[in-house]
Amino acid sequence: MSVAPGLQPESWHLLSLLEQAPGLQALGDTLADLADEGHPVVVGTADLKYSNGLVRFQERHPDKYLQFGISEQHMVSTAAGLATTGLRPYVATFASFMALLACEQIRTDVAYTRQPVRLIGHHAGITLGFYGTSHHATEDLAVTRSIAGLTVVAPADTAALAAVLRASVDLPGPVYFRIGRGRDPDVYPAGTTLEIGKAVEHGTGSDLTLIATGSMVHPALGAAAALTADGYDVGVLDMHTVKPLDEEAVLRAARRSRLLMTVEEHNVLGGLGGAVAEVISEHGIPVRLHRHGIRDEYSLIGPPTHLYGHYRLNAAGVEAEAREALRTASRWTPGVDRV
Amino acid sequence: MTAQTPVAPADRELIEHIEERALFARLETVRLISIAKTGHYASGFSCAEILATLYYGVMRLRRGEPDWPDRDRFLFGKGHAAATLYPLLADWGFFDAAELDEYTRLGNAFGDHPDMTRIPGIDFSSGSLGHALSAGTGMAMGGRLQGRPYTTFVLLGDGELHEGQVWEAALGAAHHRLGRLVAIVDRNDHSLDGRIDGVTGIEPLLEKWRAFGWQTHEVDGHDVSALLPLLRSLAEDTGRDRPAVVVANTVKGKGISYMESEFGWHLGWLAERDEANALAELRGAR
Repeated sequence: MSVAPGLQPESWHLLSLLEQAPGLQALGDTLADLADEGHPVVVGTADLKYSNGLVRFQERHPDKYLQFGISEQHMVSTAAGLATTGLRPYVATFASFMALLACEQIRTDVAYTRQPVRLIGHHAGITLGFYGTSHHATEDLAVTRSIAGLTVVAPADTAALAAVLRASVDLPGPVYFRIGRGRDPDVYPAGTTLEIGKAVEHGTGSDLTLIATGSMVHPALGAAAALTADGYDVGVLDMHTVKPLDEEAVLRAARRSRLLMTVEEHNVLGGLGGAVAEVISEHGIPVRLHRHGIRDEYSLIGPPTHLYGHYRLNAAGVEAEAREALRTASRWTPGVDRV
Repeated sequence: MTAQTPVAPADRELIEHIEERALFARLETVRLISIAKTGHYASGFSCAEILATLYYGVMRLRRGEPDWPDRDRFLFGKGHAAATLYPLLADWGFFDAAELDEYTRLGNAFGDHPDMTRIPGIDFSSGSLGHALSAGTGMAMGGRLQGRPYTTFVLLGDGELHEGQVWEAALGAAHHRLGRLVAIVDRNDHSLDGRIDGVTGIEPLLEKWRAFGWQTHEVDGHDVSALLPLLRSLAEDTGRDRPAVVVANTVKGKGISYMESEFGWHLGWLAERDEANALAELRGAR
């Protein structure tokens, strides 16, 4: 159907965006379901309801929907106030504005006060491609991970998003949800359940375990399949909860594999790679870790899929990165000094 | 609009009580700062009557029940004046007043800024200026969404109005027609670096709030006989369809002659003899 009389069906505008973003439809729909089920959900957005899918919540629960306008800091502090009254506010904006612009409000008003606010940073990483650095969020995991009391979750796809929204609905403290642009290819079937703080182990790997989060789980699985077909023993950990990190899963992988490679649509500093490095170092496990992601730089602009290719964040790129890392890692003899 | 409501004779006694509690708040502020050996005398003194009027003449509270769901809320935007509020909360039986004897000491709940997670009666933590009107907006929204009839009061410093988030909240609260939200601006004309009009001017203040869609009022922030009827009428006006702001004209450091409008006393400490003289001056002013 065309968006205006006489236009071709391929022409589109803002209101068509959601049709291409099942992951964001799921955001609005799942929150509306939770409200239907009696959870004290209220939902707020900062002038992005068509971009993040929350218009679908508004349609079903107009009385529980709050429009804040382009006032992200105000939205986060207001959510804290709402939470003190017994409500469960979910507020959303681009991850760059959530975690960076409103960082101090998250720390001081939400986390320090231990309010059950749910912060949804969407279009995280470099999913906003040629919008540029102002709209990229390759620091948000590092920022949110260092805020005491804040749970940090990055689901891999539509089903995983619905699963973590459900799994966290009664968590007493605040949660940061890091999601993409709702177009991630499916990893999990609809109705999947996930447990906050517990990684999903996709196979085991004596050669390599890829530890991926959020949008990088799908390409990691693709890379693992290609490497497995080539004779390597490769496993994948879906680390959907970046904090609290599933340390046991990391340690199991570290003891099993001769190489760990973290994969994240984020700076290699401070995010998942940093978190995994902390765990294996503190446990003294002599396994090599290669951190793959954005290497402490500002991303180029470009269409997102082109950027994923450039930064080796698609399946072929993760595979190529892993092959290089495996070659380097082979200098070290596996099986010696294992804990 | 300026409060001109005549004071009923029955309120005379209450006004005197509130004035006495404002003095108590000032005396306690001096005592607590003496423990910490640093503190915000002048910021607390400018709002002592405002706090005492709210807590003893306006807000619906239950003694010893700081979490009563229908209580009126108070958010202290200028949280650095918390030492002037703590004694009033102890007086309400929200915690043992003796806890204040360890004010600011290692591990104590009572610091320079109020912590809702550790102090019963503190409705929201503060310290970072500019957040409280947003958090108060959330409380007012939450009350409306859940059919609770309480009023949310937010006390802001005039210097705090430099923070952009205040004006995000001013827009948002008016847009959402939060008639149960009342902001009070402690217009003591000073921030840390000096006079507000020399730091970054904020006038004309009432016109600004009015332009943002708020009902505006102006009052002498040290005159309890004016504060009481105005704040009461705002709390009782349940039909209001927009938030209200009270610009309270105050004197920073009110009560100690050499502190009044000397911006250096934003932060300070009085040695023993000076403290005794300050307490005497405060008591004498009664």
